[in-house]
Amino acid sequence: MANPSDRLYTKSHEWVQLAGGEATVGITQYAQEQLGDVVFVELPAAGKQVAAGGVLGNIESVKAVSEVFAPVGGEVVAANGELEAHPELVNQDPYGKGWLVRVKATGAPAGLMDAAAYEKFLAEESH
Amino acid sequence: MSDKTSLRQREGLIFERSSPGRVGYQLPPLEVPPADPAKTIPAGLLRGEIADLPEVSEVDVVRHFTRLSKWNYSVDEGLYPLGSCTMKYNPRINEEVARLAGLAQLHPLQPEDQVQGALALMWELEQALIAVTGMARVTLQPAAGAHGELTGMLMIRKALADRGEKRRVVLIPDSAHGTNPASAVFAGFEVVEIASTAEGTLDLAAVGKRLEGGDVAALMVTVPNTLGVFEPEIVKAARMLHERGAFLYMDGANLNAFVGIAQPGKMGVDALHINLHKTFSTPHGGGGPGAGPVAVSDSLVPYLCVPTVEKAGSRFTLSYDRPKSIGKVRGFYGNFGMLVRALAYIRSLGRDGLKLMAEGAVLNANYIRKGLEADYHLQYTGPSLHEVVFDDSLQAASGVKNVDIAKRLLDYGFHPPTMSFPLIVHGALMIEPTESDGIDELDAFIAAMKAIAREVRESPDLVKGAPYGTPVRRLDEVRAARQPVLRWQARKA
Amino acid sequence: MHRYLAGEDDRRRMLAVVGCSSVEDLFVSIPAEVRCGELLLATARSEEEVRREFWALAGRNIAPECTASFLGAGVYRHVTPAVADALLQRGEFFTAYTPYQPEVSQGTLQAIFEFQTFICQLTGMEVANASLYDGATAVVEAVLMAHRLLPDRPRVVAAGSLHPDYRAVLDTYCAPQGLSVVTVPADATGRVNAAAFAKAVGSEACAVVLQSPNFFGVIEDLPTLGAIVKSAGAMAIHAVAEATSLGILAPGGAFGFDVVCGEAQAFGIPAAFGGPHLGFFATRQAHLRQLPGRLVGETVDSEGTRGYVLTLSTREQHIRRAKATSNICTNHGLMALAATIVLSLLGKKGVREVALASHATAEYLKAGIRAQGAGGKVKLAFPEAPTYNEFLVLHDDPDGLLARMKEELILGGVSTTRFGAGLPRGFLVAATEHNTRQECDRLLDALRRLA
Repeated sequence: MANPSDRLYTKSHEWVQLAGGEATVGITQYAQEQLGDVVFVELPAAGKQVAAGGVLGNIESVKAVSEVFAPVGGEVVAANGELEAHPELVNQDPYGKGWLVRVKATGAPAGLMDAAAYEKFLAEESH
Repeated sequence: MSDKTSLRQREGLIFERSSPGRVGYQLPPLEVPPADPAKTIPAGLLRGEIADLPEVSEVDVVRHFTRLSKWNYSVDEGLYPLGSCTMKYNPRINEEVARLAGLAQLHPLQPEDQVQGALALMWELEQALIAVTGMARVTLQPAAGAHGELTGMLMIRKALADRGEKRRVVLIPDSAHGTNPASAVFAGFEVVEIASTAEGTLDLAAVGKRLEGGDVAALMVTVPNTLGVFEPEIVKAARMLHERGAFLYMDGANLNAFVGIAQPGKMGVDALHINLHKTFSTPHGGGGPGAGPVAVSDSLVPYLCVPTVEKAGSRFTLSYDRPKSIGKVRGFYGNFGMLVRALAYIRSLGRDGLKLMAEGAVLNANYIRKGLEADYHLQYTGPSLHEVVFDDSLQAASGVKNVDIAKRLLDYGFHPPTMSFPLIVHGALMIEPTESDGIDELDAFIAAMKAIAREVRESPDLVKGAPYGTPVRRLDEVRAARQPVLRWQARKA
Repeated sequence: MHRYLAGEDDRRRMLAVVGCSSVEDLFVSIPAEVRCGELLLATARSEEEVRREFWALAGRNIAPECTASFLGAGVYRHVTPAVADALLQRGEFFTAYTPYQPEVSQGTLQAIFEFQTFICQLTGMEVANASLYDGATAVVEAVLMAHRLLPDRPRVVAAGSLHPDYRAVLDTYCAPQGLSVVTVPADATGRVNAAAFAKAVGSEACAVVLQSPNFFGVIEDLPTLGAIVKSAGAMAIHAVAEATSLGILAPGGAFGFDVVCGEAQAFGIPAAFGGPHLGFFATRQAHLRQLPGRLVGETVDSEGTRGYVLTLSTREQHIRRAKATSNICTNHGLMALAATIVLSLLGKKGVREVALASHATAEYLKAGIRAQGAGGKVKLAFPEAPTYNEFLVLHDDPDGLLARMKEELILGGVSTTRFGAGLPRGFLVAATEHNTRQECDRLLDALRRLA
């Protein structure tokens, strides 16, 4: 699956899509493959303030826990409630129904990569 | 293929066996007048019969648990090379003596004059563990290894507080057991992980650098480490720590490797726990009970748990006179039943047998290493003591992982090695044979591992589909975690 | 060589393969400065010699089995069906380890799943773990769970009627977490006073620990106290030191408590001078992710057959390390199996019958002491209080009295002097279905004569 070009990426394998001051955050195809079958997603409640680079939540597989870092700072507006009953959405559709949270961004994201740069980063990582 | 039609295979839950009116036990007739609880206890605090408890006969219960037992692999059946767990033979005499009424039935709050034998036994075990470790004193209270770690770290915390110091940081190598960081945190410390050297050993320079901060309380290190390699710099590490006012905690999970050869007391260790269920043969029981006595140097003796067992002349007492004690870490005095078994084992082996035990454990591990090094990759090649850690990298090209090799090993009739750590070895196969088996059993294990390596090359899908001959096939752990079903419930009509 | 080890020939052949001339070559990595000489221990002994030594040690103790014993205070002697120990001695159970490989551990896993179910049924809770060390550490784990859920509340409230050992262990564990433990003493009725309790709970407490039946044997007013805790927003913990009481007493689960936990030794586990016993821990589904210790869950294998696995392991130390919900690894699995077997044997009828018989026997003793009237030298500390199978008797010199009774092979109770200052002088008397009427009469008679 190609990484969509309509969003930005972090080195810790999150994606963020900005639309009118609101940022939707998820993890990448690569990240979900590394984790394996996701069994539980722990997300912040709406209203929580997060700092850019701070811990946003946890994603668990059977034998691993992975922290999700916020690509942008701001106030959490919504968390994906669907994931409570269907954590597998993170595996099946990481760029769509498997989104994690929406954040009302307080600043412009910094130090993120576009899809092409992220793919280059992945290629370098695997060597 | 597993046979799903036999009775043994179809054994359901004890609750599903329930049949109204069956009973599995008969109480003696009540000779005192019956008492209606409602006459003395407010009605709101009472309950009626508990719905859905089973109604089964004594025969049902014996059949049920006997059938369940047949689904288990155990040390009694064969080699159980689970690395770091030391799955050695559990002698039957230990079970026999632990069940003597004068030991098993003792109430912990009987006055001291009624339990002199029990106190003598605890005192004797402490002396034996002092002899083995070369430490100053031992508390027998902790219930397991992790509990011992916590106890040791609490003593260190108290000793520091006594000096008026608030050191927050505990250094732990990245090869450590997961219990080490968890125990340090529950003792109120912050954990700083120290990356291992290229040889997989303690990075002394990194420790030295971190010590400069002045906020380090202790280093927790496993000796020999989880790769089965003796930490060559342990004495230097101890010296460095002590010079900087910090303590050395040793995870004694691998003590089996050097009993009668070396002593933590000579390494500069300040505290270590001893897993009696590893080195001293008390049975693992399907997950405990264990026992995790903690041996300490002179500097930590004032902080031992209360009570300690003291000897005055020929009389033994439980002493609470230890004003700087960390207090109690559990009820009463320890897992006494396990202490009985451990002392029986120490008596059975004696000083000569204990040394033979360590030698046998190390020889067996090295024999397996030699037998398998052509077939499995060894990331760290330092000299092995009691265990050897291979990995699955030679098999990875065929898409086979350590877990697949483990599952296939079940079909050959062996319990697999440990895979979940050390974290510094990706795809680990951590093999600890212990001293219990002779060359024939080890050869059979080596042959099975070699056969699997061949299967990986020739028919990897066979290995990936394993196991085939076990009571159940590979289980769906993802489903168990996504939709947790953690108890049986009666179907509602 | 030794009977637990391989022989000389094994050793010689293996050394040849490894390429060493002697075993000593295998230890070259251990530096001389840490080497030791011969250990200061005796040499190997035969099985018969070991047996003799332990018979001698056991002989220096007084086994309660040979007496009329009324000892309790957290450790109780109930029915011990022969079946339980016979099954526990199966090597398939006791020589296995934690069921990391579920395909060859279904016996242990299914038994733990059954244990979790029994504990849920007894406690009225939704989820239970695979066991903890003992009652004291179970209470600690409950408090630490509350601390994780309510990290901004730095206080723990413990009833003064909590078992002194539980309280001591709680103090040990709370100090490094920066939690202060405050006590609400029991009043003249032997129970926690609701008004004093409400005041102590306040808005700062993350956890409130209530033992019922409490250390004095008295049954606390759980519905009232539980409601106070809930309205204060704290976690309510019901500690149980005598698990057979749950055969007739409503558990905290019935009154909205968050955790019911404690000690299940009473279900057929030997007193063994204080351990190994059996900690249990049950809570609500909502707190599942914060639960300490192992859990077994149901699933299916690749052919659709039902089976059991260790699950939700990401809470545990081997995965979450410094952020684990507890540091526990080895738990008390074999003790959980013992209780599972005993609970299966007792079943629906037996669990209630054991409780009723224990209660009736204690009531008989209480009536006997009351009957000694004002002239009697002993009296009930809390004559009006509702009790289950244990009660506190006041006496100025409990240790002297108990020692005199021991001469007649009566272990009449546990002196409160064993637990330091602060408790009323006297002794706790516990009765179970194990005690015959004749034993009870001997105790009452001895109290009349010797007090």
